Amino acid sequence: MSLDLTIAAAADEAPPAPAEELPKLSNIGTRALILEAPGAFDLLQQRRILALADEVATWPGVAEVVPGVTNLMVIFAEPPRDLQACRRALAEAWRRLPPKPLASRVIEIPVIYGGELGSDLAAVCAYSGQLREEVIRIHSSGTYTVCCLGSSPGFGYLHGLDPKIFMPRKTVPSLRMLAGTVTIGGMQAGVSVSTGPNGWNAIGFTAVSMFDLARDTPALLAPGDIVRFTVERVEP
Amino acid sequence: MIEVLSTFALNTVQDLGRFGSRHLGVSTSGVMDPLALTVGNILLGNADDAAGIEIQTFPFELRFQVDTAFAVTGADCTATLDGRLLPPWWTAPAKAGQVLKLNPPMRGARSYLTLAGGVDVPVILGSRSTHLRSEFGGFLGRALAKGDVVGTADGAGGPARTRPDAFGVEPAEIALPPGAPGEAEPSDDALPVRVLRAGEYELFPQEARQRFWSTAWKITHQSDRAGYRLGGEPLKLASRVEMRSYGIVAGVVQVPPSGEPIIQLSDANTAGGYPKIAGVVEADLWRLAQARIGSSIRFVDTSYDDAVAAMAPVNAYLAQIRRMVELYRQRPR
Repeated sequence: MSLDLTIAAAADEAPPAPAEELPKLSNIGTRALILEAPGAFDLLQQRRILALADEVATWPGVAEVVPGVTNLMVIFAEPPRDLQACRRALAEAWRRLPPKPLASRVIEIPVIYGGELGSDLAAVCAYSGQLREEVIRIHSSGTYTVCCLGSSPGFGYLHGLDPKIFMPRKTVPSLRMLAGTVTIGGMQAGVSVSTGPNGWNAIGFTAVSMFDLARDTPALLAPGDIVRFTVERVEP
Repeated sequence: MIEVLSTFALNTVQDLGRFGSRHLGVSTSGVMDPLALTVGNILLGNADDAAGIEIQTFPFELRFQVDTAFAVTGADCTATLDGRLLPPWWTAPAKAGQVLKLNPPMRGARSYLTLAGGVDVPVILGSRSTHLRSEFGGFLGRALAKGDVVGTADGAGGPARTRPDAFGVEPAEIALPPGAPGEAEPSDDALPVRVLRAGEYELFPQEARQRFWSTAWKITHQSDRAGYRLGGEPLKLASRVEMRSYGIVAGVVQVPPSGEPIIQLSDANTAGGYPKIAGVVEADLWRLAQARIGSSIRFVDTSYDDAVAAMAPVNAYLAQIRRMVELYRQRPR
């Protein structure tokens, strides 16, 4: 009897569950499910995605989990027999799990701003209406969070670029951008990891290797890490 | 060990793929036609995930430096061993000094050479596949070139292990005709490719959705191991959809702003941001790998259950080959 009362009391005291928009679930073929968080590109949703990734990776039958930008792809070893049950389990875990605490790791990336390897710095100044020194100050004073790695080996999708220096991707990509180029693509900051065509705007260069198979952990960045860019020097 | 005598661009060492590192941004690489590689390995008694050589440009010629055994599967490349024609999907012993030549296939796009014991290159992040763009894996992280000497994990390569005689199996393209069983023959040359609808399918206007199914999409010259760019009347969304970068698996059909679909394949980046309209069912990926540039494909709307069931004939085909190879190996000599 007392147990019932406890439950009733607890239910009375519990705050009403906030009505949250549901995540979107969809599949690619028979072995991949994608859960997309509702709402804006914000860090809290990303931390929930990372918490979900950690949990789902332990589920039987799950071959790989691939966090994206506010979404998670789950790849199964075999096509799930009960797809609906899988979708329900994912949605339930999304609701239940607290956001993953951010790592305390801070990675500093020294940048040579401008010069030949940061040839789009002038365009970013023109687009943002900011002086060169100001663009560099804004970029190098920001605190960035690694949302996930993806696209190319070790490439980190960074959250935290100041909207004052958002800059749309180029319509005509640079044909041969060097690995290590420090870039802005829309609302994201980045460091290119391989030399090749790239549509992001080059504002500088770093000698730090973002991916090196000779290291125990090849990727320099991991989801949840904090990244800071420091000014090594500025070139004309 | 083999020595490459002549080759053109883009022939690489590949296994089934580098799975488990997508979360680091490392694409899977791996053969385009996993069925052909698997059968080649079964014929030799190799592990299914042993590495072979994917040949996309012909002719490809090599000399065996030791006595060993090999198999050639995938597109029928009228292979010759010291000038003697070999049937397709065939395994045979080879003596040191013999020359194997793979010629341009009349049908299909990619042939696979497997070697007893598998190609011996370092395992990087769990795989021997070549990651061309990042220049690691496979043979020194690059495509094979004339003069390369490629090792096998076959010990001395000598006749210590009992070798079966030369024999072959029914090629996949004959054993597994395209389309679902009982389905009407396609009315044109377009290869039917079964797909499941993907996340943004419903966002396309009714008219675009209909055309997605009815169009014979041409595989354009801008197609390679990373993906096939298709040509046809563009599919436009009512309004532009901003997607956040999400994970890519081989077979996802995306529609970039140009409106002409792209099918992402083995060397695709691990993440992308174009709206995805469909995903090719696993059972048809190998067939797509053999579709040639300039040929056409037609997408076939498929349910989840039918897509899962589509693997049954593929698995039955592999099981039958395993049984047959086992019988050959036990045969008294």
